[in-house]
Amino acid sequence: MISIILNGTEEQFPDGATLAEVVQHITSATQGIAVALDAHVIRRTDWISTAIHPGAQVDVLTAVQGG
Amino acid sequence: MANKLVIGDRQFNSRLIMGTGGAPSLEILRNALIASGTEMTTVAMRRVSAVTHGSIFDLLKELNIDVLPNTAGCYTAGEAILTAQLAREALDTSWIKLEVISNEETLLPDGLETVRAAEKLALDGFIVLAYTNDDPALGKRLQDVGCAAVMPLGAPIGSGLGIRNPHNIELMRSLLTVPMLLDAGIGTASDAALAMELGCDGVLLASAVTRAADPVGMAHAMRLAVESGLLAHNAGRIPKRWRARASSPQSGLIGTDARESPEF
Repeated sequence: MISIILNGTEEQFPDGATLAEVVQHITSATQGIAVALDAHVIRRTDWISTAIHPGAQVDVLTAVQGG
Repeated sequence: MANKLVIGDRQFNSRLIMGTGGAPSLEILRNALIASGTEMTTVAMRRVSAVTHGSIFDLLKELNIDVLPNTAGCYTAGEAILTAQLAREALDTSWIKLEVISNEETLLPDGLETVRAAEKLALDGFIVLAYTNDDPALGKRLQDVGCAAVMPLGAPIGSGLGIRNPHNIELMRSLLTVPMLLDAGIGTASDAALAMELGCDGVLLASAVTRAADPVGMAHAMRLAVESGLLAHNAGRIPKRWRARASSPQSGLIGTDARESPEF
């Protein structure tokens, strides 16, 4: 297992887990979300091929009321 | 000023951009958005949680209102740029309301960080609508680095204090060539009308509607105020005078001779 920071909280994922699996863990939404890995945007098409690493900071964002 | 608001390569019939923050419920927000007649509305980007899960996105799609993501809550150019990039990825839009604040208490813009972020975002192909202080020189800088619109505040966000320095707003408008929208500080309909009378190309507001006692009624009022203000601006107000100027004829009155004055 590897430990990452997902949306500010420490979470455990199996070795070799991808961003796609991390996103599925936190939301079932398929539209209107974006992902940053270590403060860099990862395109949706690359989620499935991007492995997470120990200590990775993953942020999954969506639109909320504001402004 | 033509009837349509043109920003970048797009035209809007409505010159009112409504924010979605502060609404007591999605249903009230829905009705307020409809009453406002807005064609574009702001959203914020936040981490996914059970509370934030996707409903505003669905609502705007249903109403066919364009989404304008903002960078609210960002204190540095770096944070704002990353937020804008995430918004582009999530919402499939290159439009961004750039907002870089200096501190939590006043929410006043950080001009230097805003210009830094605006320059990078514009170079990266973003359509940048920059929230800024009512500073004509800063507005010019933002225009020069490629902002599609400059959006000075009337007063601090959510304050409802109206337009504290109308002279600066009028001066900014005269110096800029890109569209200028009054953003922040609107409290009631007369503030929105004044913004348009001063020459603004549009108004962006949220709290004045979403936190009003009757958000839907206030949204309607804002729609009419923006339309009225534009009409008044285009019609040309009379010059202000220090002394009265009678509108009725000064000749032909009875009793102009003191001896003829009727007695009561």
